[in-house]
Amino acid sequence: MPKDSGIGASSKRREDIRFLTGRGVYTDDITLHGELHAVMVRSTVANGKIVSVGTARAETMPGVQAVFTGADFAAVGGNPAGWLINSRDGTPMREPKRPVLAHGKVRHVGDAYAAVVANTYEQARDAAQAISDDTVIEELPAIVNMAAAVANPANRVHDEIPDNVCYDWGWIEDNRAKVDAAIKSAPHVTTLELVNNRLVPNAMEPRASIGEYFPGTGDYKLTTTSQNPHLTRLLVAAFVLGIPENKLTVVAPDVGGGFGSKIYHYGEEALVLAAAKKLHRPVRWTAERSESFLSDAHGRDHETKIELASDLEGNFIAIRTTTLANVGAYLSNFSTVTPTFLHGTLMAGPYKVPNVYVNVKTVFTNTAPVDAYRGAGRPEATYSIERVVDKMCRELNLDPFEVRRKNFLTTDMFPYTTPVGLVYDTGNYQATLEKAVQLADVAGFEKRAAASRAKGRLRGMGLSTWIEACGIAPSHLVGILGARVGLYDAATVRVNATGNLSVMVGAHSHGQGHETVFAQIVSSKLGVPESSVEIVHGDTSKIPFGMGSYGSRSLAVCGVAMDKALDKIIAKGKKIAAHMLEAAEGDITFADGKFSVAGTDKAKTFGEIAFSAYVPHNYPLETLEPGLEETAFYDPANFTYPAGAYICEVEVDPDTGRVEVASFTCADDFGNVMNPMIVEGQVHGGVGQGIGQALLENAHYDENGQLLTGSYMDYAMPRADDVPFYTVDHSCSTPCTHNPLGVKGCGEAGAIGSPPAVVNAVIDALHRAGHKIDHIDMPVSPSRVWSAMNA
Amino acid sequence: MHNFDFVKPASVADAVAALSTEGAQALGGGQTLIATMKQRLADPAVLVSLTGIADLQGVCMGDGGLHVGGATPHAVVAREAGKYYPALAHLAGGIGDPAVRNKGTIGGSLANNDPAACYPSAALASGATIVTNRRKIAADDYFQGMFSTALDEGEIITSVVFPIPEKASYVKFNQPASRFALTGVFVAKYAGGVRVAATGASNNGVFRWKAAEQALSANFAASAIAGLTVDDADMISDLHGTPAYRANLVKVLAGRAVSAAT
Repeated sequence: MPKDSGIGASSKRREDIRFLTGRGVYTDDITLHGELHAVMVRSTVANGKIVSVGTARAETMPGVQAVFTGADFAAVGGNPAGWLINSRDGTPMREPKRPVLAHGKVRHVGDAYAAVVANTYEQARDAAQAISDDTVIEELPAIVNMAAAVANPANRVHDEIPDNVCYDWGWIEDNRAKVDAAIKSAPHVTTLELVNNRLVPNAMEPRASIGEYFPGTGDYKLTTTSQNPHLTRLLVAAFVLGIPENKLTVVAPDVGGGFGSKIYHYGEEALVLAAAKKLHRPVRWTAERSESFLSDAHGRDHETKIELASDLEGNFIAIRTTTLANVGAYLSNFSTVTPTFLHGTLMAGPYKVPNVYVNVKTVFTNTAPVDAYRGAGRPEATYSIERVVDKMCRELNLDPFEVRRKNFLTTDMFPYTTPVGLVYDTGNYQATLEKAVQLADVAGFEKRAAASRAKGRLRGMGLSTWIEACGIAPSHLVGILGARVGLYDAATVRVNATGNLSVMVGAHSHGQGHETVFAQIVSSKLGVPESSVEIVHGDTSKIPFGMGSYGSRSLAVCGVAMDKALDKIIAKGKKIAAHMLEAAEGDITFADGKFSVAGTDKAKTFGEIAFSAYVPHNYPLETLEPGLEETAFYDPANFTYPAGAYICEVEVDPDTGRVEVASFTCADDFGNVMNPMIVEGQVHGGVGQGIGQALLENAHYDENGQLLTGSYMDYAMPRADDVPFYTVDHSCSTPCTHNPLGVKGCGEAGAIGSPPAVVNAVIDALHRAGHKIDHIDMPVSPSRVWSAMNA
Repeated sequence: MHNFDFVKPASVADAVAALSTEGAQALGGGQTLIATMKQRLADPAVLVSLTGIADLQGVCMGDGGLHVGGATPHAVVAREAGKYYPALAHLAGGIGDPAVRNKGTIGGSLANNDPAACYPSAALASGATIVTNRRKIAADDYFQGMFSTALDEGEIITSVVFPIPEKASYVKFNQPASRFALTGVFVAKYAGGVRVAATGASNNGVFRWKAAEQALSANFAASAIAGLTVDDADMISDLHGTPAYRANLVKVLAGRAVSAAT
């Protein structure tokens, strides 16, 4: 029987009531007295030298309070990259300054080089148009294609970087010779070149920011659409504007989705703060959807050649990959780690593959910055591996299920150190595969294929067995790898005198359902009703610290910090109870919300203990502080390693090339599951985005650096009727061995595991119908399928 | 969006008068124009709404076939035209989404003549008559290429008259992002012959596939066009389809429309 509350229950998402009834409070919902409106002036060319910014006319236009240009921020700091990556030769990556507003050069369409602040939005918009009209930019050839960017030293995104390469990274460099030798001598080598298509995150709520300055105290406040308010505070205060952290509060109120794009600090946040300081009035900015397309950090955009060496029975011997990764015009905060340590370290998959070497050249181009997007590096790795394994099976005439089975790490091998540097703590890949095989009714495929044929459709089945590293991340390890921050998290549990709780957590919820799940954990642990627990997040003035939500880390890192704070609450409660019950502290047990003297019926409820902590009339004041509030920081010992098996079936219309996803089955191992309903929802969303990437989505720049898919007229988002009813299972659970909740994280899994399952299914359908097509790049659009079939 | 004045006249005469002012622009359901204005790609000084004119509303049988008022929303056509002209009602019910169908009008669609719009194919395949405040225009003369029509400045579509076919069908293949017609084909069989019109495919806008019309007039079966090919020389090329792909779609969809015609 499902539990009806606490850990393991499918408690209804309490936050949904306000979201679904229009009572959420998003940044753009907040109206402040005396507020002004900012509009950014954005480049319409991909690469250009700014000859002059025409501000004179705009400054005299009605309602205009101030105009800012790149020159106004030339003296302040740049928005930094969070990870230092070294090239194979040991040299550090190239880090061009990312200014608040472009100065001297514009480097992508949508690059903001000026901003207007006016009384009304319309006035600001009119003045911004005037600046755009009056500005002289000498257009330079756009650098869009990565191979051309590397090959042509005359054209530069940044003048000081001759080959447009940020770094040339090898992982692990010591493996290289061994991998080369293994591939050279292998009985069979399968080679595949593929593109991991560029995506626009498309959060439902566009980015928005409000800057406030309080001249009486010199304090600043930034209300912004952030997944990561403490990091934003650090970046905008310490790195960019030079504001002491203690003079800036960052609030991320309700946030309507992020998928990675709202992890980062953006120039607009610094702009509204600087403008508020200058004008002593609140300054607000909200992106239009068109601006989101042009200026949010995009995702993916890899070109990869992968080689898989094997024997003729399909036992893997080595994997070698060479990747060009597009970083866009500037380094966004996580942009340098995404194609490297979040990608290369996963290139062994869930397999026994003794030799792996990954080479990634990350390239500047005249396009929007590219950074972590749901999955971040791990979808790219999974896609490369699972596609090349599929191709190998076809080349050697082997069954793709059997090949996975024979190459899987087995349960007796954990902990297992991969050739690319991770230590998988636990897993059971056989179990998830067999569960998926059963749930997807693989045995009945031929019958379904015949039914599809009867209606003129080609049916195919695709498999993907994936693994990811999340619960990001052990600080000691990422520090060695170049991280410039620690990746712990923090929580404060405040028990109020009346026994209810305010729990301040560093993780930010922008759709995930933390307010529900975290309360469930508190409820289970303290034996209090979920309804008595308030989860507070997204405000640096209330929360001890936080490193935000991304990398499927909220529960596995921040949830564990909260768990540890709850342990401290219980420990203190025992001390209070021992005093009140006149017993030894060691004799006090805590269960079901009661502190009891072991072996007696003497007990105090959690509420009585809380009350005593705040009304300490009968309290050990000599040895114990009053109050009941505890904070814990938690730094994980290792990554967590969710894994699973996905099986997709598609039907292809041979006349039009249209692919319909007929079924999609997920068997996931997320470790212990706190709320099955929310986990299933996360998988649904992730797979939806994965199907979107596989079949529909494509951020396409033309040769002039214009984003051709800059609106929903041409950027195809998956809609409800593009995805099937999913079959989702998470019963094959191997709890994480190094955190007390045994949780691994589930937020990105669907987006990581699903694209290769979809593409493998399409290729399978085509082969079964006699079309010897090795590969079609994503998005596998009707036109591409038909063109491949009719080439 | 820039500021503009808005008038909502109650008669065609008042609308014509209002449209004679400098910078005036007729507004149907606004499903293209308002979006364009929001992007500041159009800034009419005056919007003259045609949706308040009772004479331009509704669907009824009359001389020459089914009369659809110029300002009739797609949802009304979808709901009310079915008993007279099922294929037309089906087409109207497949345009955009419910919000688009309840705002967008047939006159707006035909006046805009978006190369990927659905209605132009129905008008052309039906040999419809576009009735304006000044004249009657045969569909064959009306469509003059992408976003181009025979309408003069200030001319208002008051109704569209569709001769009722013996059989007809519209089959659309959605562009994956916009869900406009990547290509759509309307086939209508009349006593005098079959007409086939394709939208979404050609750089010249909606067009008649005359070879198919000839073959289908002789034998109204999908097999009759199996051996034909569609010239891809003037087909649209974009991210969503090559010219060859669109030419293929014209043929595939025409065949499906014939098979589905009722």
